[in-house]
Amino acid sequence: MTLAKRIVPCLDVKDGRVVKGTRFVDLRDAGDPVELARRYDDQGADELCFLDITASAERRRTVVDLASRVADELFIPFTVGGGIRDADEAGEILRVGADKVALNSAAVRDPSVISAVAGRFGSQAMVLAIDARKVADGWEVVIDGGRTPTGRDAVRWAKEGCERGAGEILLTSMETDGTKLGFDLPLTAAVASAVDVPVIASGGASGPADFVALFERTPADAGLAASIFHFAETTVGDVKGALAAARIAVRPAEAPVRR
Amino acid sequence: MIAICDYGVGNLASVRKAFHAVGYEAELVRDPELLRGARAIVLPGVGHFGHCSREFQRYHLGPAVTEARERGVPILGICVGMQLFFEGSEEAEDAPGLGFIAGRVRRMRDVPRLPQIGWNEVRVRAAHPWLAAADGWYYFVHSYAADAKADLVIGTVDYGGERAAIVGGAGLLGVQFHPEKSGAAGLRLLETFAEAVA
Repeated sequence: MTLAKRIVPCLDVKDGRVVKGTRFVDLRDAGDPVELARRYDDQGADELCFLDITASAERRRTVVDLASRVADELFIPFTVGGGIRDADEAGEILRVGADKVALNSAAVRDPSVISAVAGRFGSQAMVLAIDARKVADGWEVVIDGGRTPTGRDAVRWAKEGCERGAGEILLTSMETDGTKLGFDLPLTAAVASAVDVPVIASGGASGPADFVALFERTPADAGLAASIFHFAETTVGDVKGALAAARIAVRPAEAPVRR
Repeated sequence: MIAICDYGVGNLASVRKAFHAVGYEAELVRDPELLRGARAIVLPGVGHFGHCSREFQRYHLGPAVTEARERGVPILGICVGMQLFFEGSEEAEDAPGLGFIAGRVRRMRDVPRLPQIGWNEVRVRAAHPWLAAADGWYYFVHSYAADAKADLVIGTVDYGGERAAIVGGAGLLGVQFHPEKSGAAGLRLLETFAEAVA
């Protein structure tokens, strides 16, 4: 056997609550990120990603509180991203039990924050999140949720980020995000071939077949999706079943933790 | 008391929370004197070997852990905590390990990606009283590993070749993976350890 490809459900969180409604009708509290996360854990999620979009002054406290509550109840790895600006803030989130922090806009504005986080907490905790859109001669990094173009080449930025200490790349295609047209295979292949660290592909998954295509046609290590899991269009188990049928290594399901 | 050596490294809270989840209260201990009263010791660790080794020395925990080992106090090492059992690591040539196990930890070569991040299957090669389950899937995060033929290796993982995943002997168990982040399989491992030493 070898290292399994990872399936990573992502939860958008605002003020400590899951942003969109969910079709899990049997959840006690559909807005509770911990309860939704537990559902994904039960389905066999390999890790989780929490993207915090809180804009208020309370953001920092609520995101640390969220990370702590998740770590109290779930015993699989998870990443927290969204608005993290410096190593001190990263440290607060990691100390309560998060495994990794994802930095995006702040890393573009001040790339030294990558080495600051990696130097204090290790490269394995420093995920460089890159949002990229297609341009004439490749892919351009965009920040602030896609609103601000940077003129940076996404492949070069990924390599620079790794040189500065990023231990993983979370790559989102602005071309495919929200389209359900499948992962952006050319972008993912370009970045995953250019760096030595693992690459998590994000944006565009519509179902299990997209994950099969991702892992058959690119060297990506993990696939992330939000809405298809969130709205119960498919389950992590369905995705893993399709991958196993295509002879792609996945971690087999096991009985969930109930204590 | 199960004492988790608190030398400021990343996964302390997660390890304590995982023991709590299986019904055991583990305490974070930084004072070497308090460590001497522990029934069992857990060495957590994540990140850079040199950083972990230096912090470990800064809090003067080395002599207390070595003394506990000599008295037969059960010790569990996790990730870099397990790597500290060895004499040293290529990651930081000047930083000493505890020397409980002969040999050094080396950077993994000929691997698809570095670090190895994710779930991989561990094959258990030899029995150990604190290991209930045989083979299983666990969550790994590391760039350095002990050789699969190293002394006291009792479990291996295939990542560009066989690597040490579990080491152990009388009173000693070390795991390269993170049981506190390995779901039900990881919690079972911690529970088995806690039951055996409680």
